[in-house]
Amino acid sequence: MSSEEIKEKVIGIIADQLGVDAKTITRDTDIANDLGADSLDFAELMIVFEEKFDIDIVEEDAQNITTVGQVIDNIEKQLKTK
Amino acid sequence: MPKRVVVTGVGLVTPLGCRVEEVWRGLCAGKSGIRSITEEPLSVFRAKIAGICDDFVPEDYVSVKDTRKLDRFTLFALASAIDAVKASGLDFSKEDPFRCGVITGCGVGGLGEITRQQDRLRNMGPGKISPYTIPKIMANAAPGQIAIHYGLHGPSYSIATACASANSAMSESFRSIRLGEADVVITGGTESAVTELGLAGFCAMRALSERETPPETASCPFDMKRDGFVIGEGAGILIFEELEHAKKRGAPILGEVLGCGATTDASHITQPDAEGVYPAEAMKAALRCAALAPEDLDYINLHGTATKLGDLAETSAIKRALGEYAYKIPMSSTKSHIGHLLGGSGGPEAIFSLLTIRDGVAPPTINLTEPDPQCDLDYIPLTARQINARRVMSNSFGFGGHNVCVIFGKYQ
Repeated sequence: MSSEEIKEKVIGIIADQLGVDAKTITRDTDIANDLGADSLDFAELMIVFEEKFDIDIVEEDAQNITTVGQVIDNIEKQLKTK
Repeated sequence: MPKRVVVTGVGLVTPLGCRVEEVWRGLCAGKSGIRSITEEPLSVFRAKIAGICDDFVPEDYVSVKDTRKLDRFTLFALASAIDAVKASGLDFSKEDPFRCGVITGCGVGGLGEITRQQDRLRNMGPGKISPYTIPKIMANAAPGQIAIHYGLHGPSYSIATACASANSAMSESFRSIRLGEADVVITGGTESAVTELGLAGFCAMRALSERETPPETASCPFDMKRDGFVIGEGAGILIFEELEHAKKRGAPILGEVLGCGATTDASHITQPDAEGVYPAEAMKAALRCAALAPEDLDYINLHGTATKLGDLAETSAIKRALGEYAYKIPMSSTKSHIGHLLGGSGGPEAIFSLLTIRDGVAPPTINLTEPDPQCDLDYIPLTARQINARRVMSNSFGFGGHNVCVIFGKYQ
């Protein structure tokens, strides 16, 4: 899966989960502050990413994620080492 | 002087539809909302029929995002509340939010979500459980979400008295307004237990009808052929409001809440006492609370679930409570149309009681073609009847031995 494909899929998932317009989401979008996700929304998002990409996002990494770009980077890194 | 309490708006979600007038017309025309269970994981049980709210579209009421965070029972309650508030004309931005509360009933909570997350826990491990699990399954999610939706800061809670939950909630709401604690309480009941665990559990008790018959004829309270209740899902929400508060804002008044009464069997956790001693005391307590004599009642919306023992017990109880008048008063079970909505059942049944008063028409007990000789009261079999209903009583009895009766009257 190319970086571009991963980005598109991640943004699609976020838009669907949080009920926001995908066009407003970029790499720099802050999931909590810009999209209004609360701690439960954020935890649910991580589970959905894990399922849709068949990966495991470790707790320590998840705690440091705030932006959409960080999600994409984390998933890309994991898919490479798979 | 205790305050008077009136009903200024109602909303519901039932197997016969989600619009009050449409459901009401269906009931009076003798329609049934029961169908075969064809959904894959639910079709393996001995009970093959249920009342399922096929017309319910949660997205008509909340965002797609919220439909994922709220269990079906909460969505039923919230949707019904939104319709009820709309009908009442209430604008909560003009109300003191600390004088407005939410007290609803629910037997269990998010039974479907419990099973879904338990499956994930077993199959995928502890890290894959949805963080929404607990806020979805808790029974008080319904009043909590309704309060959030409208920004209400008065008392709110959920009551669990199994199938009497909605009536218990209405009783507490009535008391709260009567004592001057609140001006408006959003009340009623909700349940969504037509799920794997719900069906499996009730089937294991042999509580559900297992009749192999056209689904719409299966729920047959007080009939010889009855063999258990038909499980249903849905909600009924009512706006209880202090009379002067309602008058001041020119609210539509559907009827008045006159009294309520509750007792407990304290004998068996599920089996009703065949003599109906304690439900009779609940009816008498409701009459005392409303300062009425048995003859003042014009109609009873029955608990009438179509279990062998339950229908007999309720029949005995009515005779005990009303004496000779038991043989003269018309009564019907609307569970014959929509099944048993468990903790939600009292909600729609209260609405039907109020509509009986409004229109002077009592819905029939459908499928009562072979009356049980031991059930010898006037259950309004098969066809609706014109009655002058000034005061009506709605009965609900729950596992745990909870008996709760609420009396409504024409507002005058």
